Amino acid sequence: MKELMELFMVFARIGAFTFGGGYAMLPLIEKEIVEKRKWASRDEILDYFAIGQCTPGIIAVNTATFIGYKRKGIIGSLFSTFGIVTPSFIIILIIASFIKHFQDYAIVQHAFGGIRIAVAALIVHTIIKLWKQSIKDWSAIVLFIISFLAITFFNLSPVIMIILGGIAGAYKNTRKKADEK
Amino acid sequence: MIYLLIYYEFFKIGLFAIGGGLATIPFIQDLAQRYNWISIEELIDMIAISESTPGPIGINIATYTGYKISGVFGSLAATLGIITPSIIIILLIAHFYMKFSEEPIVRAGLTGIRPAVIGLIAVAAFEVIKIALFNIEKFYETKVLLDIFNFKAIVLFSLLLFFIQKYKKHPILYIAASAVIGILLKY
Repeated sequence: MKELMELFMVFARIGAFTFGGGYAMLPLIEKEIVEKRKWASRDEILDYFAIGQCTPGIIAVNTATFIGYKRKGIIGSLFSTFGIVTPSFIIILIIASFIKHFQDYAIVQHAFGGIRIAVAALIVHTIIKLWKQSIKDWSAIVLFIISFLAITFFNLSPVIMIILGGIAGAYKNTRKKADEK
Repeated sequence: MIYLLIYYEFFKIGLFAIGGGLATIPFIQDLAQRYNWISIEELIDMIAISESTPGPIGINIATYTGYKISGVFGSLAATLGIITPSIIIILLIAHFYMKFSEEPIVRAGLTGIRPAVIGLIAVAAFEVIKIALFNIEKFYETKVLLDIFNFKAIVLFSLLLFFIQKYKKHPILYIAASAVIGILLKY
């Protein structure tokens, strides 16, 4: 029970401080899940994101479900998922019922102006870490660049990019094996 | 029963919106038109609120829409509806992932997928940086090249990046500090 509550609390904390969608929670996941608790490796988090991107639903929820399941099975996945959902749920209910035009208040806009910059800096920091971990050879650098350019400038679907990456990785590895023989 | 209908409609959104919170918006728009549950103005408001409050955007939108349709239980029905398909699908996939992620072919594929995902994350970072550190619109208006840089933001960004790299404190600390700085210095 203690571990289930911990799953709930950790993901509630992540949910409460994720501003701006799935990828913005990556620095928090990195800190809470990878560094502090070692519930998953950095590579695994990337895998969960890849899966989350290719399957329906909200990526943050998908990732929470995944880690909860890995820790404590189906019950664990329910605790982590409700954890990540609960803060949003409460905050939105309060705003929807009491505060009209919440987003128009100057104080909210200024706070969010600051938060956005923090989110940008935190994501850049996380990318540097992920790069050190997973980008080790030229083919990985090429895949990274193709992925970035194709999605930014040619509007390629991330799903297709992930599938292409998978094929490239499998192909490269089987060729390496064939060369060794 | 209205709650069942809300649950069902959001279940469908959770099942078909691939690629995160913002992907749900066209579906909500469609809902707004089919049921007269919310107006387009409310929808626009809702997106703005969902983006400026913490939490996954998809959850925020579901909770807000559910509340507008029929109060607290409406929001509960909508939120549970949108997460149910994810939970089921991810549980199935997680089961197979644990079983097969050590297979050679899967491992090889994953070594190609990871750099691609880091590319996706870089795209997200690029989008945030574009909005947070640059004034693209102001540049289009004035055509003065210097106007493209939001110097105030770039200074804070550089300082933050330096402190994050050096002190490695909890991200929450940097987020909270930036909110306070944002309010005090009117970012």
